[in-house]
Amino acid sequence: MSIAISLRNCGKTWPGGARGLLPIDMEITAGETLVLLGPSGCGKTTLLRLIAGLELPDDGGTVLFDGKEVTRLPIERRNVGMVFQSYALFPNMDVAANIGYGLRVRGIPKNETQKRVAEMLEMMRLTDFRHRRIDALSGGQRQRVALARAIAPRPQVLLLDEPLSALDARLRDQLRQEIDALLRALGITAIYVTHDQSEAMALGDRICVMEAGRIAQIGSGRDLYHNPANEFVAHFIGDANKNVVINGEVILRPEDLRLRPNPNGAFIITRVTFLGPVLRVMVRHDDGQELRADVPDDPSLQPGTQVEVILRKSSLMAAER
Amino acid sequence: MRGGIGFWAGLCFTLLISAFLILPIFVSVIAGVTANQFIGISSGFTTRWLLDVWANYGGTVLLSLQIAFATLAITLMLGVPAAYVLARHAGVTARLIEEALVMPVAVPGLATALGLILAYGAVGGLRSSWFFILIGHVIFCLPFMLRAVLAVLLAIDLKRLEEAARACGATWAQRFFGVIVPNIRGGILAGSLMVVTLSLGEFNMTLLLHTPFTRTLPVGLADAYTALRTEMASAYTLIFFALIVPLLSGMQWVVSRMDQPGGSR
Repeated sequence: MSIAISLRNCGKTWPGGARGLLPIDMEITAGETLVLLGPSGCGKTTLLRLIAGLELPDDGGTVLFDGKEVTRLPIERRNVGMVFQSYALFPNMDVAANIGYGLRVRGIPKNETQKRVAEMLEMMRLTDFRHRRIDALSGGQRQRVALARAIAPRPQVLLLDEPLSALDARLRDQLRQEIDALLRALGITAIYVTHDQSEAMALGDRICVMEAGRIAQIGSGRDLYHNPANEFVAHFIGDANKNVVINGEVILRPEDLRLRPNPNGAFIITRVTFLGPVLRVMVRHDDGQELRADVPDDPSLQPGTQVEVILRKSSLMAAER
Repeated sequence: MRGGIGFWAGLCFTLLISAFLILPIFVSVIAGVTANQFIGISSGFTTRWLLDVWANYGGTVLLSLQIAFATLAITLMLGVPAAYVLARHAGVTARLIEEALVMPVAVPGLATALGLILAYGAVGGLRSSWFFILIGHVIFCLPFMLRAVLAVLLAIDLKRLEEAARACGATWAQRFFGVIVPNIRGGILAGSLMVVTLSLGEFNMTLLLHTPFTRTLPVGLADAYTALRTEMASAYTLIFFALIVPLLSGMQWVVSRMDQPGGSR
């Protein structure tokens, strides 16, 4: 069971007057995974907490679950599942008791609880750890327990607040794939907060880029990458060159540039880094502007070489301000 | 590290200090079972003094236990929720209330007792009841429970744990008793041991608050000493030890038994 979520005019002003979130409207369709992406302090976690029911929006804001107003309903009565950055597992309970907690407090019969906990343990490959104490688990295992605890009561919405940011890079990749597969399998409406653009690209049906308490742009990863609404989005999603000499006011992705050695070229290569799939080349224009180009490996591109910069077609992105 | 002159010097010093501290207790315990204190151990051992103490002061032992456990029950019921509320609120008001609750520790027990007598001494039959001593003990012991529990509450990620429990659908009572209390057991135990110990040994305040019918163990002990019955007083001390050591160990054992994962529901 998954539901649609609507936010109407939801803003958040903290006691003391700081604006955590400027009033926004947002529609999240049933079963979709929406990623809230942005730097720290952009309001993404505040937005998630408004949807969760952990914060109240400023007067005039409403939160609707499938058209029903839930603005003043606290989180414990919204039937949402939540995964926290710090896991927030209960240290006084073992793995199985943590996973079953949401079922027990809802008064679900014991045999049904046991059955569902067993399913969750199986699904998360935690069966061998069911009697472990939380402090005897690795970071990845803890996060899997947190996920299992959140989805065991079969919530209508799954909310994930930077669930992978406390893990090391390799584990993060692996768990990201697992979460992706899980969200697809459950078909649940999910909202996922992160500051990591590759996580956002991998998981989000749509990505909502946030900046300073407002929505900068909502769209698919492809939209955001190829048609960024502004410079902030362009720089947050992938690398971008900006304000370059060619064509005046445009934003260029490094992979859209090609370099050709030419003694009369307007650019000179300042640095070359071999990254494997591509050669990352920094070039400087006569007037001092710098550009980054990711090009196929080419031994003739050496620091000090004069080059001309060629733009691949269809790569121009209009930059609105 | 080990084997150096510093290690042996340190060990000797520690043992000397320990011996210095333990000696009076040891002497007192021996005196309590020595037949004739002036002659010494050579006069033989006896249980006479212990029996005498029990006959004369047995009631004080029972009253002290009664007051100690009543104090524990009340400080648990007041102190744990108070610490929880204080831990959840970071404001100035919360800190002022915390200071006010801790204040009785800084005031001499005699002064607190005097205040209680002046304010409530004439209220009904309170003055002659053991409840009067209980009130004094609660005032004196509550800060210790509060501080011990508050310290643990501030050390765990209280806010996050509660939010996680709420996200699972837990009501306030479910998360308080199912998640918060089990995770601050250590602080509650530390506070409880402190409260029981302090209440059993409380003398300053009880000296003024007691009546001939509501004498506690320490008051009786002082009585035995002032009557120059050293062997009686020593036997009395021995009973006190015999009481408090198993009591405190027992409380710790119970809590360690509870400390099994998955045990709490």
